[in-house]
Amino acid sequence: MSATLYTKQHEWARIEGEIAIVGISAYAAEQLGDIVYADLPEKGATVARGGEIAVVESVKAASEIYAPLSGEVAEINAALEGDPELVNRSPEKEGWFLKIRLSDVGERRHLLSAEDYQRFLQEESA
Amino acid sequence: MSSAAEGAEAIATVLEATPLEALHRSLGAKMTAFAGFHLPLHFRDGILAEHRHTRSHASLFDVSHMGQADLRASASMMERIFPADIQTLPSLPLGGMRYTFLLNEAGGILDDLIIARLGEDCFRIIVNASRKGEDFRHIETLLGKEGSLTPRPDLALLALQGPEAARIVRAHADNEESAIAAMPAMSSAETRLADRRVLLFRSGYTGEDGFEIALSSEDAAPLAETLLRHDALAPAGLGARDSLRLEAGLCLYGSDMDETTSPIEAGLAWSIPKRRREDRAFPGAEIIARQIARGAARRRVGIRALGRIPARRGARLLNEKGQEIGEITSGAVVPDGEGLKAIAMAYLPPSFSKPGCRLRFIARGKAIAAEVAALPFRPSRTHRQPQRTEKP
Repeated sequence: MSATLYTKQHEWARIEGEIAIVGISAYAAEQLGDIVYADLPEKGATVARGGEIAVVESVKAASEIYAPLSGEVAEINAALEGDPELVNRSPEKEGWFLKIRLSDVGERRHLLSAEDYQRFLQEESA
Repeated sequence: MSSAAEGAEAIATVLEATPLEALHRSLGAKMTAFAGFHLPLHFRDGILAEHRHTRSHASLFDVSHMGQADLRASASMMERIFPADIQTLPSLPLGGMRYTFLLNEAGGILDDLIIARLGEDCFRIIVNASRKGEDFRHIETLLGKEGSLTPRPDLALLALQGPEAARIVRAHADNEESAIAAMPAMSSAETRLADRRVLLFRSGYTGEDGFEIALSSEDAAPLAETLLRHDALAPAGLGARDSLRLEAGLCLYGSDMDETTSPIEAGLAWSIPKRRREDRAFPGAEIIARQIARGAARRRVGIRALGRIPARRGARLLNEKGQEIGEITSGAVVPDGEGLKAIAMAYLPPSFSKPGCRLRFIARGKAIAAEVAALPFRPSRTHRQPQRTEKP
């Protein structure tokens, strides 16, 4: 399995060929608390890196999710419709949000490695 | 990810700790700021798990932030301040309690509170944390020379709520099991729990049977630790407290009621009995009487979202023609069988207040389908009848 990369807005992406699987980090899921609804884009929608792609509603608040990479929505995680708490139980695996067919694989240079993301979280909380 | 409403972690203000602060941290609490206090928002399993656990077993809440005070006044003086029936309220050993209001001259709600009668001229009041300073000053002014108020910041308050609450309390009652079993909802007793002196109230804010336990600050953490050894009992925070009370149809002061709201608009006329409506001895009585006779211009209603998008406080409400008719005063997402449902409360004109009335609320710029629902969303399971004690 390829490495999980992160944004400073707490999204993650795993790139496999031309496809990136996208979700929110375990840290983000914990901060949000129980997730009760995920408003996901339509399959086929065009997304631009840094643009809003989804909204998650937790028991506490609504939060926007931004595209870590540009491309076209290839698939959304249908399991979140009936079981949004899956994001809390398995944020970086089964609780993925969507898959993006990438328009520019080179954009991955903007993302953080797992180590850099952990360091970023420590700086944030310091 | 960016959050529209970050948790209210206060940075600049100094927050008061309750006597259970260290215990909360050891239990993995995620803390938040509430009414000047540092309190658990939730523990390790999260708000929904704590909500479910309270409904199925029992939860322990730290509500030490609430304002307790002792009042010395005659029942007739108390009735000049509060619109409740105080005259017929029994004193300890099995004291009576009332849910009532502090009203302004316009019948607006300055606070909602509990009064427990301890003795002939002696009462304990429990008020909202955010209001206690103003409440106490206002009550002292109204009492004048005919009574006195003594704040009790030396006391903590625990709430033990849920279907297993009575079993847990009885297990720690020192030879007074039957006395506790005989306590109906809204009664109080002085007793000992796990060898600590407590004033026990059979009351709560969840719609479940349960107790609120007033005791000295030093005794609070040791008693909480003892109680939490029960497998059926888990700690719960303010998040679940809020969703449980909303599901039970109970108001949160500052959200679902304030000084621009009357008890009649809030659908709480039951708390002002006939004799009090007629004697009109309390502040705002004329306006209250007029609203009872003619009906209020708006009424508190339940709202059920028809999807799962939460209806949050401040969301505008539209009728089917798209006209604005009110706004959400508080909202929550609660368990619904295996799933979840979004519920809320609002004030609406009487023509839109019938259960089933279709409307929409605005969330993130979109109009979301909803309907008026009967309150409470879930029937109360408080302990109305004294329990029959089984003789061996």
